[in-house]
Amino acid sequence: MDIIVCLKQVVDPELPQTEFAIEPATGRQVREGRPLVISTYDENALEVALQLKDRGGGKVTVLTLGPQAVISDAFRLALAMGADEMVVVDDPRGPDRLGGEKAAILAAAIRRIGRFDLVLTGCESADWTERVVAPVLAEALSAACVTFVSRVEAADGTLMVRRMADEGFHRVEVRLPAVLSVASDESNRPRLPKLKDILAAKRKPVHVWPVADMPAAPGDLAAGVEVREVVIPQRTTRCEFLEGESAEQAAALAQRLRDLKLL
Amino acid sequence: MPGICVVATVPDAAAIPSSLELVGGARALDASHGAGVSAVLMGTGPGLREATDELHRHGVATVYRCAHPLLTSGQVDAFLLATEQVLRAATPQVVLIRADTVGRELAPRLAVRLGAALVTECVELAAENGAIVARRQTYGGRALATLVVTRRPAVLSVKPHSLEVPEPAPVPGRVEDVAVSIDADTLPARVCEVLREEAEVGLDDAQVVVSGGRGVGGPEGFALLKELAAVLGGAVGASRPPADEGWVPISWQIGQTGKTVRPALYIAVAISGATQHVAGMSGSRTIVAINRDPNAPIFSVAHLGIVGDYRAIVPPLVARIKELKGP
Ligand SMILES: Cc1cc2nc3c(=O)[nH]c(=O)nc-3n(C[C@H](O)[C@H](O)[C@H](O)COP(=O)(O)OP(=O)(O)OC[C@H]3O[C@@H](n4cnc5c(N)ncnc54)[C@H](O)[C@@H]3O)c2cc1C
Repeated sequence: MDIIVCLKQVVDPELPQTEFAIEPATGRQVREGRPLVISTYDENALEVALQLKDRGGGKVTVLTLGPQAVISDAFRLALAMGADEMVVVDDPRGPDRLGGEKAAILAAAIRRIGRFDLVLTGCESADWTERVVAPVLAEALSAACVTFVSRVEAADGTLMVRRMADEGFHRVEVRLPAVLSVASDESNRPRLPKLKDILAAKRKPVHVWPVADMPAAPGDLAAGVEVREVVIPQRTTRCEFLEGESAEQAAALAQRLRDLKLL
Repeated sequence: MPGICVVATVPDAAAIPSSLELVGGARALDASHGAGVSAVLMGTGPGLREATDELHRHGVATVYRCAHPLLTSGQVDAFLLATEQVLRAATPQVVLIRADTVGRELAPRLAVRLGAALVTECVELAAENGAIVARRQTYGGRALATLVVTRRPAVLSVKPHSLEVPEPAPVPGRVEDVAVSIDADTLPARVCEVLREEAEVGLDDAQVVVSGGRGVGGPEGFALLKELAAVLGGAVGASRPPADEGWVPISWQIGQTGKTVRPALYIAVAISGATQHVAGMSGSRTIVAINRDPNAPIFSVAHLGIVGDYRAIVPPLVARIKELKGP
């Protein structure tokens, strides 16, 4: 099975709040001086792709969109984990684009890559959390779509996947070609590359395509949508601490819950 | 018919109130458009009449009703076909979709098919000089973005539980039954099975949620939290690490990637309070945090805090609550 995994580069989402700032001009997070990583669930998506390859063979290509200059070390990790090739769509404006716009460019890149059975993305990006890239790609590529997938099994010509759902899980049978967005699960924790994999990754092909070469696909969902401002809300609640020994704290809390008519 | 259209999926009658959240948003937008609110109502059949009445009673003038056996739990491809068919004929300017399991797939795909502008996961909607102003969380809940949508049609998805169910405002209603033909064999993705998670009280409607984090340490710790939830008549939830580790089902996860809950009481046990978690629980009325680190960020969203080891606090808390509640 030939699989394309879309990876996004983001500022490490688990950095402390003190490291977080918004650039007023763009309404986007200040990236300078912050560590850049592969967006959380994109790594789970890559792990799912690699497991499918381990079991059934095929090729795994990773695809990313952003300024080529900064897409380096973090994405070598993807090759070291086991991806075969990397395509970078060099786009200085990449980090500022909304998901619908990005998906249209990624769809053009995927058409240029050509053959694929499956496209995987993370279920949401760690920064804007729009959750649109997978569904938009599916439409643009006339492929089946399932989002928030935690497990994937290949079953001759189709896939059986498990989708996180409000009420539990859905088991969904999916035809190929398909686009799936992947959520984390105990079964898809990203593998850690070994030293020899890291060395081998240096010899793997990396293709850089200027964004201007991607034919503008129709269906830019972000046209007519303007980001007016992005603000960091101030928190105002003051916490009242219940003091004393454990038993006293517990008793005080029980009493407060009763006073609040919560018992 | 131009105007605002809400997409309501009714796999069962219990889903009606959640669709009404959207109606509140639609009415707020409509006040300045004056073009009326409509709804696409989809389900297998049972519950549709009741839902139609509820929609009319809350101010929805026109209900386009689709009944089909495949318009059920999670069959996104079927919902997409039906919604697309109705909306191509009805041509509303604005479409509101609840960003639940079905809606978060449906909204972007529908937007592509209708050539619409798209904003997902909105938590606030307002009309402003003919434009729509939408607010949504970004950067894991660290920031709030304001977006202005000027293009029409526009598809907006709304984060569950972020808009209030509005007061009734009955209008003389109209129903249009729309026949949809959907062939199971042609659906590219088909739900074969719905696996429901065992839970005495569902997280979605629980008035009390007791939630555990990585600091709970394992499944045994969650047994203690279940006891606390049981005496409070509530449900158990979790932050991401316990779900990732398999200590609890993934469907218990609360936060940005998991559920959004707004109970009367939320007790966060051994949860540090990362913004991605807080995004799913900050609307709770009373928030209690139990954490051994006095500097944990959870204390900046909590109303009541206990600094200490939860293993020393939860058992006497359960005992004391039992005493206070009496036999
Ligand atoms: C894209 C993205 C999406 C995410 N989505 C979610 C989401 O939906 N939900 C979510 O929860 N997280 C989510 N996260 C993860 C989030 O950033 C945090 O990593 C996570 O919430 C931390 O979980 P925690 O508080 O349980 O663990 P930790 O941060 O490790 O905190 C554990 C806490 O337990 C306390 N503790 C330890 N032992 C004890 C004890 N015996 N008694 C009392 N206290 C104790 C510690 O002091 C500490 O504060 C997401 C992250 C990303 C990047």
